[in-house]
Amino acid sequence: MDVELRGVTKRFGPVVANDKVNLVIRGGEVLGLLGENGAGKSTMMNILSGLYSPDEGEILIDGKPVQFEGPGDGIAAGIGMVHQHFMLVPVFTVAENVVLGVEPTGKFDYLDLKRARAQVRAINDQYGLEVPPDELIEDLPVGIQQRVEILKVLFRKADVLILDEPTAVLTPQEVQDFFGIVRALRDAGKAIVFITHKLHEILEVADRINVLRQGRIVGEGDPKQLNEEQLAEMMVGRPVTFAVSKSPAQPGEDRLTLTGVSMISDRGETALDNVTMTVRSGEVVGIAGVQGNGQTELVEVITGLTRPGRGKVKFDGQDITRASVRARHMAGMAHIPEDRHKSGMVDNFTIAENMVLNSYYDSEFSGPLSIDWPKVHETAARYCVEFDVRTPSVFLRGGSLSGGNQQKMVVARELERQTRLVIASQPTRGVDVGAIEYIHERLIRARDEGDGVLIVSSELDEIMGLSDRILVMFEGRIVAEFDNTGGKADRNAIGLAMAGATTGAMA
Amino acid sequence: MSLSNQDLQKALLRPLGRGRQEFEDLVVVPLIAVVIALLFGMVVMLATGVDIGTIGRAFVALAKGAFGSLNAVSETLTAAIPVVLAGLGLGLGFRAGLFNIGAEGQILMGGLAAVIFGFSFDHLPFAILMPLTLIVAMLVGAAYAAIAGALRALTGAHEVISTIMLNLISYRILDYALRQPFVQKEGRSDPISKSVPDAAQLPKLLDWIDPNLRLHAGLFLMLAMVLFVWWLLFRSKIGFAFRASGENPDAAKYAGMPSGLIIVLAMATAGGLAGLAGGAQVLGVLERASPGFSAGLGFDAIAVALLGRSHPVGILFAGILFGGLEAGGRQMQVDAGVSIDLIGIIQALIVVFIAAPLLVRAIFPWGFRKDGKGAAE
Amino acid sequence: MTDMTMTHSDKIDLSKARQTRVGGVILILLALLVLFVLDVPMGSVATFKLSRPTDAIPLGDLVVPGGPFNLVAAGILAFLGVRQFLRGGGRWTSLSLGIGFAILVLAFLIWATTGKSFSLTGMLQATVVRAVPIALGGLAGVLSERVAVVNIAIEGMLLAGAFTGALMGSLLGGWGGLVAAMIIGGAFGFILAALVVTYRMDQIIAGTVINLFVLGVTSYVSSQVFSNYRALNNAPVFRSWAIPYLSDIPVIGPMLFNQNIFVYGALILVGMATYYLFFTRSGLRARAVGEHPRAADTLGIDVYRTRYVHVIMAGMVAGFGGAWFTLGSVGRFDENMTGGRGFIGLAAMIFGRWHPVGALAAALVFGFADSLQQKMALLNTPIPSEFLAMAPYIATIVVVAGLIGKARAPAADGKPYVKE
Repeated sequence: MDVELRGVTKRFGPVVANDKVNLVIRGGEVLGLLGENGAGKSTMMNILSGLYSPDEGEILIDGKPVQFEGPGDGIAAGIGMVHQHFMLVPVFTVAENVVLGVEPTGKFDYLDLKRARAQVRAINDQYGLEVPPDELIEDLPVGIQQRVEILKVLFRKADVLILDEPTAVLTPQEVQDFFGIVRALRDAGKAIVFITHKLHEILEVADRINVLRQGRIVGEGDPKQLNEEQLAEMMVGRPVTFAVSKSPAQPGEDRLTLTGVSMISDRGETALDNVTMTVRSGEVVGIAGVQGNGQTELVEVITGLTRPGRGKVKFDGQDITRASVRARHMAGMAHIPEDRHKSGMVDNFTIAENMVLNSYYDSEFSGPLSIDWPKVHETAARYCVEFDVRTPSVFLRGGSLSGGNQQKMVVARELERQTRLVIASQPTRGVDVGAIEYIHERLIRARDEGDGVLIVSSELDEIMGLSDRILVMFEGRIVAEFDNTGGKADRNAIGLAMAGATTGAMA
Repeated sequence: MSLSNQDLQKALLRPLGRGRQEFEDLVVVPLIAVVIALLFGMVVMLATGVDIGTIGRAFVALAKGAFGSLNAVSETLTAAIPVVLAGLGLGLGFRAGLFNIGAEGQILMGGLAAVIFGFSFDHLPFAILMPLTLIVAMLVGAAYAAIAGALRALTGAHEVISTIMLNLISYRILDYALRQPFVQKEGRSDPISKSVPDAAQLPKLLDWIDPNLRLHAGLFLMLAMVLFVWWLLFRSKIGFAFRASGENPDAAKYAGMPSGLIIVLAMATAGGLAGLAGGAQVLGVLERASPGFSAGLGFDAIAVALLGRSHPVGILFAGILFGGLEAGGRQMQVDAGVSIDLIGIIQALIVVFIAAPLLVRAIFPWGFRKDGKGAAE
Repeated sequence: MTDMTMTHSDKIDLSKARQTRVGGVILILLALLVLFVLDVPMGSVATFKLSRPTDAIPLGDLVVPGGPFNLVAAGILAFLGVRQFLRGGGRWTSLSLGIGFAILVLAFLIWATTGKSFSLTGMLQATVVRAVPIALGGLAGVLSERVAVVNIAIEGMLLAGAFTGALMGSLLGGWGGLVAAMIIGGAFGFILAALVVTYRMDQIIAGTVINLFVLGVTSYVSSQVFSNYRALNNAPVFRSWAIPYLSDIPVIGPMLFNQNIFVYGALILVGMATYYLFFTRSGLRARAVGEHPRAADTLGIDVYRTRYVHVIMAGMVAGFGGAWFTLGSVGRFDENMTGGRGFIGLAAMIFGRWHPVGALAAALVFGFADSLQQKMALLNTPIPSEFLAMAPYIATIVVVAGLIGKARAPAADGKPYVKE
């Protein structure tokens, strides 16, 4: 089945999300769609799935124009989506999730789960997906959950599969398995749209590439004739230097030491298992690993949000295992949280209020009881200028800023004061390239001023680019350590360690 | 730092103009809400067989009873005092993300404590006894509310259910207390407490004009508390933490604000204000405790807090409006024979339209700024 | 590998140990309570009547020697407590505590009845009757929270149902009143759904406002109209209807098979709701809307419509439950006569883990507390009646405080859904 977008435009108020987009999707082919955050990729997908209707232009399926009016219309026409954030009900079984919306039923609306399971097994066998139909989703690893998503669209007889950032949650090895599935689907005649911002992946798996920037298709090409630099330039609109320029680390005394830290999560699983590690002043330590292998809990233990069951955390030689978040903050620990919306900022607070969210009580900003607002506003204005937060006023709601500016606001709050240790969790998630470069530069500057810096990121490229030393986490343990001076760490070995292969060199 | 940076900084500090949206939310929507609610009240009267003439008289009486004379104004303000005080507490709770329905119980407990303390220490002079009695009312209200706060902080029990249960429990405690020999008025078989001594009472403000004017010194207490809560919420450190926890508890936790302590403190402050409301009511108006003497004040206060958008000044105005409805409602019942319970309906409707601005915009689409996502707040 | 599993299980023990020990201490305290406070003199007996003179199959009275019984009860509690304290085992904690509280209630009953006699069957029958509005309120809560709408308005819906039942029952007779009560309940369900789904009002505020509104309207009409026209507030009451043969079974017969339409209706509705939610296609979709509305939306399930339908159904169930107060008992409406039963129903829903059968079971516990305090008042115990009257409310707080975190609410509960 072929699908074509012709001159599709979609506006949200004054913002043009898609601007006269032309796109051709063919059966038996993997189309790679490359673009930064905010380039208009998700708008385009939502148009294809029927969630949005375009303001201008048309959608043609096998040459015939179609009208989508609701979210169900895309799938009914054979266009299936695999979302980046899985659309799975965690407390339902695989079979229940797969059939949801198109359930086999008996008399009295009876839900025929037996038939559902048989149908799931049939597709399983056809494409070699190997998904257990009776497991609860929440008990399955993310790699398998993703296959459930694919199963869902196949079950609905989709001929076009749109995969949105599908590799974000996978280890490099799982990515290879996943590419195998993608190729198998393509060879079975399905049309695949592979959306990503990762250059090497698109070069590896796509048969044809389209690049999207600021809502427009700005380039098209054959992966065999393109390299990463050319693609990056098309995507960003200017030449991009990938390597973060930095001098070799000058590690000093120990800033942060964890000894034998273990913790059980609320769900009763081992989240951290005997973690021992050190961050020294003047070095960047990166934590690599697939999401959900204990990184979140590690950061929570270091920043004082949760207490470990066992083990010790030391900061500048002081035992802070039971110290409060505030005490750690006052001692010079900065924390850039992994999800700024959820935990890094208050949308309905002004930029100024957000800038002092965790330092308002400091004698710099307040007396014994009340806050010195003029001082706060002045400081916030200075931070905004320093960190290039683009806003007309510090009295604007924090939530009204763009993602990149929000992140810069959070980073400014954390770094624009005397710090000794910086904990940065996913510091550039959902941020445009310009902001990424800037945030990276500031983190390196913090290191050069003698801070210890700990970076947790699910983007292996980011870890490899910034870190002087890389620790790999798997199932709550530190399973490998790599020296990355001059970027010399072996990407492949890190990937293996992320997948739990214990043969990795403990350097 | 270069000069141009300083210019940039200065530009960032220019105050934002108050937007039209803000004007609509703070003034237009509440006004429309009041008008629709009054119209609906008319419909209810028609539906229950009240004739047009009586309805007209009812509305005239409502207005006259609320603002038509010195006595009406005195009654309106007297009725406003407890709902504003309790409403301030509830508004503060809303700001901190706590939906405290328990003002009713906190008023009862605070008022009961004030009565008992008042007559137990009747030998103390006015300058000591009156303030001390109010403080006791405040502390008891705070302690009673803190129970729900502690349950929320320690076990996660939702404060809506626990405060409602605490309300129901408070009625029983009051009933029990009123049967006790040391509380019950001598020589009475019905559950009525002893009277509060003069030295504990809030002095009447206008009795030099007419001894029937009931307005009392609680008025100053109310105004002082409006100022205090405003300072607490928008100027103090703890208020900043309250607001941050209310808007985004996760971010507050990440910023090192102790969430459990904040919940307990916010509940206790809210309860303290409700306790004060109870104290002011018994020391200024009722002079004794009787079963259910709070008479639904705690629920009116919820409406007042919502109508005032949880802002102290808004709550003051909303409270005066509700006081007016209350005082006018009594006049309405006397003059036109329409039950004062009608006021309850009107109050609930006002809140519906306030709390769902989208609804007002749907009913009155014209005149509002065109905006796809016109959700206020 | 062995090393890792060791750390794991060790630490689980560590965290559970404290909880276990707390459970043990509570049980030992209960034992002391039974031993010293609920102290019954040896030789005195408590008499429980198991049947009434009119019953088809009469049973003798159950005579319990109070002193020995409570000694044994204290002994069992102490044993459970010590065992819990020393050996623990996470799985046993809740079971031991459950048994412990059941023993406490029995010991309390014996203590209160000592030297007197009272009808056990009567109390159990009252338990079921008093559980009805709570169970229906809880069921209404289950229906709306399963689609992620927090329904604080159940109290108001019960009150509206009670009012309408009385008014329309007076005009149209019992059945007319019942149908009208359900329609009004459904109408308030529709209003709640409109406010929170379409107008995205805060769910708790919307519910509170509906409660205030219903209280206002019903109080207004009853003082404005009912006081002048008594005939409008004089509805027929549904008599109990004995199921042949089954109602003759001792104890259970009067409890379950000689009741009025509200008891049967509640049992049938709970059964139907269970089948609907967990065994049908529509139920699966409804639960998906409650757990992950965005996922449901992408699969073509209309989230808004689903929420409307279920909240309206919840309203109708609550309206039926509300009619119990008038058509099922006194036939007359009084201001605010529901007295917080709707909120207790919400607690029953939480206690019952968002499952209809669980909510019913929890409602029976509350019904028991309710009927217990009623009977205790008759027995002239030294405990002031006000404190006994608090029992259901305190039980509600304990349940809500003790169970949150252990029971899992639908994931999207209370969150408005905004379509993209």
